[in-house]
Amino acid sequence: MRNIFLFIRRFFTVIVFLILQAVCIWFLINYNRFHHAQGLAAANEVTGWFNSKYNNVEDFFRMKEENRRLLRLNDSLMNQLPSNFIKVDTGQTIIRDSVPFDTLGHYRHYVWRDAQVVYSTVSNEKNYIQINRGSNQGVKDNMGVFSSGGGLVGQVVNVGPNYAQVMSLLHVQNKVNVLVKKTKNSGTLFWDGTDPHFLTLTNIPKSDSLVKGDTIVTGNYSYAFPPGHFVGTIAEIVKDISTNFYVLKIKTGANFANLQQVMVVENLQLNELDQLMQDTRRKIDDAKKPNR
Amino acid sequence: MSDLLRNIVRLLLFIFVQVYILNEIPALHQYIIPVIYYLFILWLPFRISRIGLLFAGFITGMTLDYFMNSPGLHAAPCVLIAYLRPFIINILSPKETAEFNYREPSPRSMGWTPYLVYVLILTIFHHLYLVVLEWWSFGSFLHLLIKVISTTAISMILVIITELLFSRKMNYRTNTA
Repeated sequence: MRNIFLFIRRFFTVIVFLILQAVCIWFLINYNRFHHAQGLAAANEVTGWFNSKYNNVEDFFRMKEENRRLLRLNDSLMNQLPSNFIKVDTGQTIIRDSVPFDTLGHYRHYVWRDAQVVYSTVSNEKNYIQINRGSNQGVKDNMGVFSSGGGLVGQVVNVGPNYAQVMSLLHVQNKVNVLVKKTKNSGTLFWDGTDPHFLTLTNIPKSDSLVKGDTIVTGNYSYAFPPGHFVGTIAEIVKDISTNFYVLKIKTGANFANLQQVMVVENLQLNELDQLMQDTRRKIDDAKKPNR
Repeated sequence: MSDLLRNIVRLLLFIFVQVYILNEIPALHQYIIPVIYYLFILWLPFRISRIGLLFAGFITGMTLDYFMNSPGLHAAPCVLIAYLRPFIINILSPKETAEFNYREPSPRSMGWTPYLVYVLILTIFHHLYLVVLEWWSFGSFLHLLIKVISTTAISMILVIITELLFSRKMNYRTNTA
């Protein structure tokens, strides 16, 4: 017996070493079975806490790429919305090769493109945004621009080969036809040049019963914007004493102060609509001319 | 700072550097895996008891393993080098000068060459055991060898960089202090 104790005492380190090795190997072999055991779960709590902290930091660096990916996804989903298509009357035969046409008889009316904001201001009276898409990428004048959250941002006013200039809603000369989603009455939206978070909406009759928070969407009569897209919410209701209309303060749906990713929407029927208008004008002009 | 507190902080730093920096680096090659955390064991004080050293190694390895979800994989090599460490130090460094005058192994207390040999031997043991455990059944022996050598090389570079960057202030211990 004494010899055994002496032996243990003498080789204590070796024995501890071997025991620890055995424990390690045992952990390693049993890992799959041991996986959900209490000890490991408690450890996961601790390591998970550190991992989540680290992940927060990591997310910050990957945010830009992630945003771009998300916007691309949004963009592809935006193209699927039914409001992008118009149903043709199959009773008549219209042949247009230039417009995509699917088997269900839908014309594509709007196409969405993603773009990144390269420059933007909110501090001036006439604020413009520059985006990294231009005529090479198919952006043209008068296209509508929406934020990645879906809020209206503005309208393309000038196009370079690879960049385009967008007149944002925060531009004192930008007047947009919008409507109150609840009552379907349309009015004119403009900016008074003071607070970049709020716009002014006029021409909504006092007969409408409005409350704060009502949604304002894009109007039906615009070549640039698809109808029914989010613009903002009512933040303050003022009754104009001198007229029969409200003066509404609208909180913008897009946050202009930190625009990063936007979507440019193209109206594929624009040429036809333009053509129609010009033809009408010409007809009227022709009618005015004295007969030969 | 007391030895215990200093080493706890050091352990956490080594583990975080290993888990959140070295393990996050995009892999250069399947053979090149930067590993540095075991330097913690090599830096433990001379005066720590051998049993304490073994448990310190075990805790170090298990801490890393919990982060990497591989219980036992790193703990085993850590215990091994913790076990071997005193022998290597005994061989490489004359007892009177280093162990009693300095607190822990460092290029300054042992001299660069003996220190690097000490690190190299333990690094090779660590990686060899780690790779063997990782592969469990010996795959191709050549692959195993290449992996051990390349991992050891990158680890040695990291250790040298660490030593140069963070030269630990070692007070020469005298009887009065």
